[in-house]
Amino acid sequence: MKRRSFLKIAGLGVAGACGLPAARALVDAPRTEPAPGAARGKRWALVVDERKCLTRPGCQACTLACHKAHNVPKLADPRHEVKWIWKETFENVFPDQVTPYTPTAQRERPTMVLCNHCDNPPCVRVCPTQATFKRADGIVMMDEHRCIGCRYCVTACPYGSRSFNFEDPRPALGAQLADYPTRTKGVVEKCTFCSERLAKGQRPLCVEACEGIGCGALVFGDAGDPSSAVSILLRENGVLRRKPELGTSPHVFYIV
Amino acid sequence: MSDAGKIAAGLVLFGAVVTGPIWYGLGRGKGAPPDLEKPAGEKQCIEPTSFMRARHMELLDRWRDAVVRRDEHVYVASDGKRHEMSLTGTCLRCHSDTDKFCIRCHQYAGVEAFCWDCHQQKGRTASATAAADAQPGAPAAGIAASQGGARP
Repeated sequence: MKRRSFLKIAGLGVAGACGLPAARALVDAPRTEPAPGAARGKRWALVVDERKCLTRPGCQACTLACHKAHNVPKLADPRHEVKWIWKETFENVFPDQVTPYTPTAQRERPTMVLCNHCDNPPCVRVCPTQATFKRADGIVMMDEHRCIGCRYCVTACPYGSRSFNFEDPRPALGAQLADYPTRTKGVVEKCTFCSERLAKGQRPLCVEACEGIGCGALVFGDAGDPSSAVSILLRENGVLRRKPELGTSPHVFYIV
Repeated sequence: MSDAGKIAAGLVLFGAVVTGPIWYGLGRGKGAPPDLEKPAGEKQCIEPTSFMRARHMELLDRWRDAVVRRDEHVYVASDGKRHEMSLTGTCLRCHSDTDKFCIRCHQYAGVEAFCWDCHQQKGRTASATAAADAQPGAPAAGIAASQGGARP
């Protein structure tokens, strides 16, 4: 056999051995589709209307609804605390909005906080496994399957929106679990804007719970749609974002 | 080469030690495959049984990535039927007792599945799930034997 024809045959053989399985995989590739009834948005956003929220001191409706439905445990050790949506004092949420002359009542007033679903999320940039990533509709998602528990994201997030599972959450969750996966020891978790509910065409649970008690301080919608309730609120009110100087462009807005 | 005998004996001993687990597994016999409880009402899984038996783990991996990472929730099976991609909502709706299906076979195969560390069945209590997780695995020899057999 001539050297030239040997090389030709060998080359074809290699191409076939590599190409055929690849072609088969492409043909065999399972087809998946988006859910037909899913809510679609260009850019999901949440507005917290503090004017309404403050009319109900001590209200926990959104936190309780969210934490119950997502199996967020109430742990005894405060250092192990896991939170998706909760209250912080105004001066801690907006340190740049208080002056030495701000009255104590305003400094200490409770303010709802959750993941800001930033346009430029530092947690995503530092995640070594892409366990946390940004969806096209703006949601900063968490894939706990991929989380290796390095906690870079916890350190990177300027808002303290992320919680690490220092212990197995199940014992603290009690006997009856909600129909949502729990997490396991060693992964990070946070608010996902109820991606599982959006897939069914429903709005986030905190928003529904807030409306359910007749308050309506939390408004969720598509900031990319000029006719949405969120867009109208953003146009017609002066709104605050947390630590805007960091350039993360949070998409949780506050009317104070 | 006065050490030829010693070297040969050493090689034989080395071979015996390295292949020991294989002989042990063969000698012990493969053991009867576990009797899996099949759903009463359904005759056919979402894909043919041979595919599910060999490649359910790949399917579940793809489902996980599609749902969590691409926000796709509908699986189009090879027969054109559409199914919601949900471990607890779709798989466990038929295979309602994981102890008698998933866990039973995984124990036989000696393959640890950690799905239940986080996912749980509707209405199942946390303590019952924890008890199912705590069951011991099969010996190591079983892993090689059954994984080799299960791959297409």
